[in-house]
Amino acid sequence: MVNNLLPLTATGLTVQRRGKTLLGPIDLRLERTGLTVVLGPNGAGKTTFLKALHGIERLNAGTLTWNLTDAEARQQQAFVFQSPILLRRSVAANLAYPLSLARHPKALITKQVAQWAHRIGLGDALSRPAHRLSGGEKQKLALARALISDPKLLFLDEPCTNLDGRSTKEIEAVLQEAQQAGTRIILATHDLGQARRLATEVLFLKSGRIHESGPAASCLTTPQTPELRAFLNGDIVE
Amino acid sequence: MTDIWQGLVSAFWLVVTLDADLVEITLRSLQVSLSALVIASLVALPFGTWLAIRRFRFRRTTIAILNAFMGLPPVVVGLLVYLLLSRSGPFGVLGLLFTPTAMIIAQVIIITPLIASITHQAMRELWAEYHDLLISMNIPSRARIWTLIVDGRRALLTAALAGFGRAIGEVGAIMIVGGNIDHATRVLTTAIALETGKGDFALALGLGFVLIGLAVSVNLIIHALSGTERGSRW
Amino acid sequence: MIRTLLTSLLIVFAGMTQAETLRMAVTTSFNNSGLSDVLLPVIKEDTGLDVQLLIVGTGQALRLGEAGDVDAILVHSKASEEAFVAGGFGTHRREIMYNDFVLIGPDSDPAEIAKAKTAADALTLIATGQHSFVSRGDDSGTHKKELALWATAALDPAGFEAWYNPVGAGMGASLNTASGLGAYIMADRASWLNFGNKGTLALLFSGDPVLFNQYAYIPINPERHPHVNAAGATSLETWLVSDKARELINGYTVAGEALFTFNAGPK
Repeated sequence: MVNNLLPLTATGLTVQRRGKTLLGPIDLRLERTGLTVVLGPNGAGKTTFLKALHGIERLNAGTLTWNLTDAEARQQQAFVFQSPILLRRSVAANLAYPLSLARHPKALITKQVAQWAHRIGLGDALSRPAHRLSGGEKQKLALARALISDPKLLFLDEPCTNLDGRSTKEIEAVLQEAQQAGTRIILATHDLGQARRLATEVLFLKSGRIHESGPAASCLTTPQTPELRAFLNGDIVE
Repeated sequence: MTDIWQGLVSAFWLVVTLDADLVEITLRSLQVSLSALVIASLVALPFGTWLAIRRFRFRRTTIAILNAFMGLPPVVVGLLVYLLLSRSGPFGVLGLLFTPTAMIIAQVIIITPLIASITHQAMRELWAEYHDLLISMNIPSRARIWTLIVDGRRALLTAALAGFGRAIGEVGAIMIVGGNIDHATRVLTTAIALETGKGDFALALGLGFVLIGLAVSVNLIIHALSGTERGSRW
Repeated sequence: MIRTLLTSLLIVFAGMTQAETLRMAVTTSFNNSGLSDVLLPVIKEDTGLDVQLLIVGTGQALRLGEAGDVDAILVHSKASEEAFVAGGFGTHRREIMYNDFVLIGPDSDPAEIAKAKTAADALTLIATGQHSFVSRGDDSGTHKKELALWATAALDPAGFEAWYNPVGAGMGASLNTASGLGAYIMADRASWLNFGNKGTLALLFSGDPVLFNQYAYIPINPERHPHVNAAGATSLETWLVSDKARELINGYTVAGEALFTFNAGPK
């Protein structure tokens, strides 16, 4: 499957709030394949960066140019938030929600919901209210709901913070499968181990700007800037 | 004290003998107030939800006016509706004055702001919770409102029941626009006012107890039907 | 649940179809007498008319008539009625029957009005002693009558002090207030006899011819309000002046007392 949503070209992206610059200016080209990991200290603007690319953060300056029209582009992305936002409905209804909005036939929805629920280990919990799930189950459900409509581009904002090892492992497996199936992934994380396991490309954000970027293999082993080097060493970067 | 006791006794006999007049005015009370509730809800629930999610220029003013309208004096509403529906008024040709329809119109005006305001407050919370997700999924405005209404149904039910409570217990407006005509527009509250006027406190109080019982039953029935009190569901 | 609600909506609209109806504004005192409960079923049987009563004060009844919101009125305030007909709102005024007003007060009767010779004397006694008095104060026929009586006694309620309580309410509500205050009040005999919350109140003075209370029937002018049920109003009038009406009105008693005297005359 060719990912015709990408490449994406971002130029001069800037987000300011109350006179303070939170992000940018950022220039970036996002290629069709790969899994980009966004690294950076707290307050570097990782969340704002993801939301700005996704189009849900108001830009003060800059443009996003997709390979498709903007309207098409919006329909082919999904976002997984740090603390999962689940609808006050059952597991099945949460999974079905994006599909029914897109007016898929009912039989197809039921089938896909069952498949995804099984895949994230909630096959027996279809009718359980989503708020009764454990933290890991909630995040897996949010991820499955994001992937069920087969997005071309998936954003994840520190999805595994606060999760146990097993849930993290399951989520990473799902992500790698999705990547192989052609979904472009951008993942913000704190977890250097996760970055090493998943990344094909690294963006290091500091003070709202891309401080260093490149293929994961080089960035994570031979960082060019002292800040990224310090960050990878586990030192505090301001 | 004796009056209250006699009221209880009279309420008891009215109910156990299924007094024909009582049944008639009780059904009419329900008919008028439930119709007003349905119409007001159709307007107020989407409007209150829309207010919660939409930013526009006069939003704060609109909300302030809405909250102020929650306290509309029913008598004034009644008088205005009377003047509008009177044969000499702008809508006189419709011939609606002194009919249950006129009473429904007055009650819709009284309870719509109340339901919309409670809806707005409840929906604001839900919207804060859902905001990022629904924006991210790029859902059209109408579908957003619908999602909030479906998932906030419990709060909306509370809003609607508050509206129903105000409608079924209202007397000032429907007395003026309905006229309290026996077998045509007499409802529980206007009958209570009438019997109080005649000094028949026992009967008035008896009807009052029936009214309270009715309001409680409707609340219980609606809660039971919608299953909102079952903990396992939303 | 939605289906239930829709069904209830249907019931509302179904409930709007009506038989031939005639709306008549009547005074509280007429309705409180209980006479309407006797007359209406017979009227329905004889004329097929479903008479819907709007029970209001005379002032409001006249307003409803002026606006064309009723088909006829039955009230008791001669001067206003004549002005109403002269203004072209009604076709004519037909006297039907009368009852009388009585003076009510605490059974201890501190003003001693029971010994008064005339109604004017009785009111003078109350005013001189500044005994609590409740007035309807609602521009009703009864209220207008009371004001006229004060005028006969050469007294002006506008100058009265706190003992004079205009409550702005119907007959029953005013009687409730008088009962609570232990005050004097003027009421029509019918409302008084049917009143259920007498407490320590008692009938203290009656019988002065000035207290007679004439009820008159006025059909609303169809030239002014073409939508009114003029035919119905005419057939109701024919019934109200018939021998059958005479029999029922004169024969109506409460606690063994006749309340109304039929005196319908020619137009």
